[in-house]
Amino acid sequence: MIQSAAAVAFVALSGAGVAMFPRSILVFLVFQSSLVFVYLARVPTWLRLGLLAAALLGIMPAIGTYNGYYLEVATQVGIFVALALGLNIVVGLAGLLDLGYVAFFAVGAYSWAIFGSPHGNILFGVEAFPMAAGWFYPFLIIGLLVGAGTGVVLGLPVLRLRGDYLAIVTLGFGEVIRVLANNLDKPINVTNGPKGITPISRPPLPFDLPYALGFYFLALAIVLVVILVNRRLEDSHIGRAWEAIREDQLAAQAMGIPLVRAKLLAFACGASFAGVMGVVFAAKQIFINPESFTFLESIGVLAMVILGGMGSIPGAIIGATVVTVLNLQVLKGLSLWLNELKNAGVTVLGYNLADLPTQLEPAKYERMIFGLILVLMMIFRPQGIFPARRRQRELGK
Amino acid sequence: MSELFEARGITKRFGGLTALQDVSFGVNTGIASIIGPNGAGKTTLFNVFTGLYQPDAGEVTFKGRSLVGLRPDEITALGVCRTFQNIRLFANMTAAENVLVGMHSRVRLGVLDVLGRTTRFRGVEHGLWRRSAELLDRVGLRLKGNEIARNLPYGDQRRLELARALASEPALLLLDEPTAGMTQGEAVTLMALLRRLVGELGLAIILIEHNMRVVMEVSDRVAVLDHGEKIAEGPPRAVQADPRVIEAYLGRRAAARAGS
Repeated sequence: MIQSAAAVAFVALSGAGVAMFPRSILVFLVFQSSLVFVYLARVPTWLRLGLLAAALLGIMPAIGTYNGYYLEVATQVGIFVALALGLNIVVGLAGLLDLGYVAFFAVGAYSWAIFGSPHGNILFGVEAFPMAAGWFYPFLIIGLLVGAGTGVVLGLPVLRLRGDYLAIVTLGFGEVIRVLANNLDKPINVTNGPKGITPISRPPLPFDLPYALGFYFLALAIVLVVILVNRRLEDSHIGRAWEAIREDQLAAQAMGIPLVRAKLLAFACGASFAGVMGVVFAAKQIFINPESFTFLESIGVLAMVILGGMGSIPGAIIGATVVTVLNLQVLKGLSLWLNELKNAGVTVLGYNLADLPTQLEPAKYERMIFGLILVLMMIFRPQGIFPARRRQRELGK
Repeated sequence: MSELFEARGITKRFGGLTALQDVSFGVNTGIASIIGPNGAGKTTLFNVFTGLYQPDAGEVTFKGRSLVGLRPDEITALGVCRTFQNIRLFANMTAAENVLVGMHSRVRLGVLDVLGRTTRFRGVEHGLWRRSAELLDRVGLRLKGNEIARNLPYGDQRRLELARALASEPALLLLDEPTAGMTQGEAVTLMALLRRLVGELGLAIILIEHNMRVVMEVSDRVAVLDHGEKIAEGPPRAVQADPRVIEAYLGRRAAARAGS
């Protein structure tokens, strides 16, 4: 009872707080943690779902009208949540370390970028592009298929490898895709090289909403579908087979699991999520180039999965949210603040910050602090924020 | 011979080492045991039977079908399942889930059934969980279905491996030292269970076992391996008295003493 009231109050007050202080990142963080509180609190399921729905469908859009950047953050979080959930299948459930995951994201992104921008005219030599913006929706399916197909093509030769070897091959594959994107501007101009492709069509959205808001809802809807698919896969013989392979590959095969087929399925599922999100990403950014698909991005998504808790859907969601919010808001906010202190010439322990050498620019701390957080997390909570919990089942008659 | 399972002339070499030399072995019903000193090649033989190793020579047939060249999962799907000498459970999954994984080859559901959560899916899934509860009950783990396999005591883990293997609905069960680490009392209970399984399900079992008392009591037939060769085979009493067997286990002097 008390917790229910607290959950409602927490969400409502923090939501109102953001409306009152739309520029304060801290208040926005409090609002985000209220959602985590709702997830963790002992409240009836209907209340939990109701509060989350109210927060995501009502309060978040309202906040967006005060500070549009928060909607942008939320949409980004959505894209990364879906990516983390996809990688979670491959790494968390099936135990296949994939260090080139972002390659599938790139493949999806380029598939819409080429057809949804005037660049298609150069590639195909006909004046038929960009395709009508409505084609974005079929391209979600095409992105899924292209991602899955790429996953199978890569998976077939390499899934016989184990552990470290698989990691190295996928790392190489990720780089190959990036280098291809960088250099396939000649002899045939497929990707337009480092210059990237722009402008990419954005999908028409129903209901005449402000565009950023509509896109936020679109991303949210896709993420919900991805979560649903994830849960259903995990809670079936397929998901159990993946986990069995992660636990003991040899025993799994001896128990009748066809290893190659099950691993290919995991790879294809993970890759298809990335393919879909690639299409969404391309449409959201309007502009893509190979810089968006670096090795660091793959590692970033992997960090989300590990930070959240491997093999856990809530873990992947919280991991993606924390990392994205850290990168977009917290660390950026911190370095801006430090910069202000420096510019104002504040003195700390008798040392004037304005005298800091350029090598110690506050902006340079961002990655360092992020790395520090990762290290501390792995030391003090190696199982992740929300580790995978075994479902307790009524084993009735 | 129209045996359920038959291996003829199995030879397996690892580099210069001949692990198995022309071993033949078959079983039709009941419990057949394979005994022999450490390193005699017993587990290697199991690995050949279940497709983990390919034999360099010889033939393995099950229900008249050759198993040589098939993958382990295909052999399991045909109805030959095994347990492992050093327990290989899915350590971070619950006992019930371990058993469910054992049923994998019997599940006839596609990805679309799973994604759509069709009535067919729900019916099948419900049946799987019920069967897993039954199997756990059968091996004496009725209340442990929700325990993480890793947290179970050693004896329970062995029993869980048995339940997991049974879940694949085998016609032939290969058990690699199922009583290792058990007390004599636990071992006797387990053997009574195996006897019941043979009677109720019509299972055939091949047992690798070190506990001689257990072997002599439960086996219909015993084969003895030594240095990769089969040196004796027959009813337990006869094998026990065979001088070559005594020599393999206790050395020549003991064999001479037993003979005199």
